[in-house]
Amino acid sequence: MERIPILRMGQVLLVTIQVDMHDQLAVTLQDDLTAKIVDTGARGVLIDISSLEVVDSFIGRILGNIATMSRVLDAQTVVVGMQPAVAITLVELGMSLPGIRTALNVEKGMALLQSSMDADEAVLEVADASLED
Amino acid sequence: MPIRSAQDLVLVRQAVRTWSAELKFSLVEQTKMVTAASELARNTLDYGKGGQVTLQMLQEGLRKGLRLSFEDQGPGIPDIDLALRDGYTSGGGMGLGLGGARRLVNEFDIVSKVGEGTRVTVTRWK
Repeated sequence: MERIPILRMGQVLLVTIQVDMHDQLAVTLQDDLTAKIVDTGARGVLIDISSLEVVDSFIGRILGNIATMSRVLDAQTVVVGMQPAVAITLVELGMSLPGIRTALNVEKGMALLQSSMDADEAVLEVADASLED
Repeated sequence: MPIRSAQDLVLVRQAVRTWSAELKFSLVEQTKMVTAASELARNTLDYGKGGQVTLQMLQEGLRKGLRLSFEDQGPGIPDIDLALRDGYTSGGGMGLGLGGARRLVNEFDIVSKVGEGTRVTVTRWK
């Protein structure tokens, strides 16, 4: 069966969507990603959609689901590389991708993920310290 | 073109992309038309139990356009005003398909008879 590859880079899972996604492929990606977060204990998910020429309400919904599910599994999702024409179309369609964090490109997305993972660690350390008191 | 499976949605998107590029639509216009086609083709598949789309190139004087007509023989839409409202869905979607598609095109027409089927026609002019 056709699948979108998920690469692991340290604590981050990297997904680059390079094909015109049909609905089943998007659902499979959602399932594969959640399973992989659990398997690897990843803290971040970076989804590159720079090759996607169309994001309709279904794909938008799947991206939102992935962001919410990863949050529930203690990981963060950032979507990067959206084409300008896709952004314009999404807004006109009436979707604002609530709950999804975005960055302009892979580099900026990685930096965003890193800083929020660091912030999470800091909060955990503070919690640990207050337990010791 | 037939719309019978999720794979057909991809083929419809590709055909609409090719046709809009041929009409020299800008990239944003192409993307809007392809996205509208994707929403309507999915409606045809999910709610209309499958059907077909007809693509038509139009020439009116100096202006050119692309018209898509989605037809199904499904259960039909009892309340079209309600179906067009953002956020309303009778399925599991976000309720943006029909209303959203209408915002992405220049002309939008919908005819539906309960028990007989639905035809949605959209046109975008260059």
